[in-house]
Amino acid sequence: MTKVLTTPIKDEDLEDLKVGDIVFLTGRLITCRDVAHRRLIEQKRKLPVDLEGGAIFHAGPIVREKDGGGYEMVSIGPTTSMRMEKFERDFIRETGVKLVIGKGGMGPETTAGCAENKAVHAVFPGGCAVLAATKVEEIEGAEWTDLGMPETLWINKVRDFGPLIISIDTKGNNLFQQNKERLNEAKKPILDRIKKELSFIR
Amino acid sequence: MPEQTSVKDSPKVPEEGSEQSSVEHMTDVMTKFTAYIGKRLPRDVKSKLAELRESETNEMANVVFDSMADNQDAADKLDRPSCQDTGVIQYFITAGAKFPLLGELEDILREATLGATKLGPLRHNAVETFDEKNTGTNTGSKIPWLDWEIVPGDDTATIEVYMAGGGCTLPGASTVLMPGQGYEGVADFVFDVITSRGVNACPPLLVGVGVSTSAETAARLSKKAILRPVDTKHENANAAKMEDLLEEGLNELGIGPQGLNGNSSVMGVNIESSARHPSTIGVAVSTGCWAHRRGRIRFNADLTYEILSHEGVEL
Repeated sequence: MTKVLTTPIKDEDLEDLKVGDIVFLTGRLITCRDVAHRRLIEQKRKLPVDLEGGAIFHAGPIVREKDGGGYEMVSIGPTTSMRMEKFERDFIRETGVKLVIGKGGMGPETTAGCAENKAVHAVFPGGCAVLAATKVEEIEGAEWTDLGMPETLWINKVRDFGPLIISIDTKGNNLFQQNKERLNEAKKPILDRIKKELSFIR
Repeated sequence: MPEQTSVKDSPKVPEEGSEQSSVEHMTDVMTKFTAYIGKRLPRDVKSKLAELRESETNEMANVVFDSMADNQDAADKLDRPSCQDTGVIQYFITAGAKFPLLGELEDILREATLGATKLGPLRHNAVETFDEKNTGTNTGSKIPWLDWEIVPGDDTATIEVYMAGGGCTLPGASTVLMPGQGYEGVADFVFDVITSRGVNACPPLLVGVGVSTSAETAARLSKKAILRPVDTKHENANAAKMEDLLEEGLNELGIGPQGLNGNSSVMGVNIESSARHPSTIGVAVSTGCWAHRRGRIRFNADLTYEILSHEGVEL
């Protein structure tokens, strides 16, 4: 069965989710990346949006200004979430955000933040930016536009936004961390075998 | 896999003897081609992705492969950049010394980048270093980046356009090994890069490896390696064998699309090499993400052109 999360998201909506589960999002999704995290956590500036029970997207979209005013979402895929690892635990605690969407894994700090505050991190397939744009019904607003197109906080109304693959759940599980451990174990025997055939310097 | 000429366009012929209109014509073609490659993948990448999708058995990986295919269809239909990160624009030029617009090429490609940024539209990705300001035009100091090879006696120009996105540029690494570490050390280096930062760089990746004499020669060759079509082989038998061994070994790891596990990790491994100092082995890795946006176009001396990388293109 396909699970759809709707904002505002409650703790109980996330309780049963496990890493590897696939969900979709309907409601409000706000882009939030490097500088917005830095402004809130390091510079102690107040975010111009309310994220209590909300969802953020690590993304820097291509947006076109419409002739009659307002914006059109052209292309919006996820950016590398790991860049926000330094800030995300504090960010989750301070904002009450429940769903963090991005690309690739995040580290132990975010995992701890998700467990402490009942939040999850999910992966939207990277590079699939037009697919994502077609799930944006409307851009409701833009904040901190001084940051330029990629870093502006774009406030999006989305429907069935996904697939979103849960990579960190509320129980302290981290899919990419599990994979990293697996890869590190798997690579040694493969390399040992390959190297036997690479002694070109004799 | 030899490259075939897929489209032979009969463009507007520039007026005889009019250098101005020749420049305008080539600028127009390169503007449209640069915008085009952000929207549709080259033939070799498309067919390799289809092959990997076909042989995938992991359920989650199949969800991701389906999204990738849906995305490329939507980008084509809506005529939009398939990934929002349209990269820093790089042009790799192989020009004959007798190509008539050799001296004008730098200006033409800068203008083409400006034009494509509006036409695409492309995201603004040129941040002036030290001033730390986004120029908002995709041009800046030495950007678009140009790489030149001049062919004596020839009068054509082949230009490879590459969109260097942030995600797949991040894993890039170069080092110099001691000969005692050998090609075995090269294999270690490649595996370390791919299993650490490569996982987040939108796999399945096309992995480029430069094996050379110093850090910067290896780095340049590793980038040239990902411009070579998927499934082509190095002409040296040992190098070709190493390409196969690395590809099979990385695929055995099963990194999967988006690093979420699967039957494959890479689209392929391409090695480019040069002779080296007896005391050093320069090695570098560059990666291309699954949305490997590059395109190759060849101009003849009369400025008619052929697109070598894509099929059925109408600029």
